[in-house]
Amino acid sequence: MQRVVVTGLGAVTPVGVGVKAYWDAITAGQSGVGPLTLVDPEPVPSKVAAECLEFDPAASLGPKEAKRLDRSTQFALTAAREAWDDSAIEDGVDKDETGVVFATGIGGISSLLASDAVMRTKGPNRVSPFTVPQLMPNAAAGQIAMKFGLRGPNFCTTTACAASNHAIGLAFQAIRHGEATAMIAGGSESAFVQVALIAFAQMTALATKFNETPWEASRPFDSLRNGFVMGEGAGALILEEREHALARGAPVHAELVGFGQSADAFHVTAPSEDGSGAALAMRRALRSADLAPEAVGYVNAHGTSTPAGDVSETKAIRLAFGDHADNLAVSSTKSMIGHLFGAAGAVEGIATILALRDGILPPTINQTDPDPACDLDYVPNQARKAEVDAAMSNGFGFGGHNAVVVFRRHQA
Amino acid sequence: MAQSREEVVETMKDVLASELGVEADKVTADARFKEDLDADSLDLVEVVLALEEKFGIEISDDQIAGVKTVGEAADLVISKQTAVG
Repeated sequence: MQRVVVTGLGAVTPVGVGVKAYWDAITAGQSGVGPLTLVDPEPVPSKVAAECLEFDPAASLGPKEAKRLDRSTQFALTAAREAWDDSAIEDGVDKDETGVVFATGIGGISSLLASDAVMRTKGPNRVSPFTVPQLMPNAAAGQIAMKFGLRGPNFCTTTACAASNHAIGLAFQAIRHGEATAMIAGGSESAFVQVALIAFAQMTALATKFNETPWEASRPFDSLRNGFVMGEGAGALILEEREHALARGAPVHAELVGFGQSADAFHVTAPSEDGSGAALAMRRALRSADLAPEAVGYVNAHGTSTPAGDVSETKAIRLAFGDHADNLAVSSTKSMIGHLFGAAGAVEGIATILALRDGILPPTINQTDPDPACDLDYVPNQARKAEVDAAMSNGFGFGGHNAVVVFRRHQA
Repeated sequence: MAQSREEVVETMKDVLASELGVEADKVTADARFKEDLDADSLDLVEVVLALEEKFGIEISDDQIAGVKTVGEAADLVISKQTAVG
């Protein structure tokens, strides 16, 4: 089997455009959560959001391309471009042997609803012909391939909030098994439409108690948490066969060594109470990486800040790691950037990679009153210097999907 | 009152520049949608929608099918305005 390294990174997040802005902010414990502005907050009980307010689509993509794309795909292309340039791979790879797996949880829902409004107010003859290419969940995967001319495997994963870990995992397998030389893997999301926020609120999934202090609303593993904060953005990784990357002198951020997946087979939205479904995915990821639990020093948690999810994940980590769970550092990037749904695994994977590369563990902010049922070391409130050899990134989605990836610090 | 071809093309400049993301100066009567303005088949549908809205006319798929240049589109707009007037 081929080894796989990460040679490029790109991100659009609520704390800024670009990987540097993202990493600088989250290692400083800065929150990207603010008042909800992208939709009229009046009927929405949760008036907080992690929005990419610094993103300028026309500046990033040009006015014509920006106009044709759903906001989620604008994020995807911007992140993919940054990752592609970061890897300096343009003239160094056979593009017929390079592919894309890109995720979204929800797809182009804002484009669909905008066209629905046009149809109802102006009539069916005014509906844009770009509606279908904007709303389809595979739009980003297709657009990225067109942008860079990549004719290798091309696929879209849509497993809700586990989707971009599935994207990373499936791209990893494609290279590992010799199906591709390099892959762009990641995910993008922008689902800021009123009905989505209201529908999540109806499930009592959203944070509603911090409308006056939005930066405190996402507080994974804290006793005052009462739901997640909706976010938006994208993350992209260039995965490359290791010998190919080394031969062309590519920058290597980390090695991707393992992928594990499972289903809870329990409930459509609630996590399994004992965490056993997620623990299966974590164990399988370690087996895929050929690592003992003790080799892992850091876990980037799914950590959504929901009452049930954070307890279940804590139990899952204990099940998967046994006694070693007490030696692990675990943190939730969502405490700072909210929940990016289908993009969550990609941007959190980037945080995991940079933690390994730079020896800094990003914190879980707002953990001021730890929940007794969440009894691990969550790197509370401040980043921590730590040289870690291997790290895991968790992603769990509605539907009971669990997808887990494992990275290692790269040794040349 | 019917507009001249030049007046219609002038009015179309802003519409097409916005829809196609091109410089208004490139939108001349001789400009070809595909070759000069980089418009694909979906762009052309958007252009038709925008012209219908701007000029208060209806253009069928058959009528737009043969249109290659901005000037030909202007002629189509004028014929529609005349038909309505």
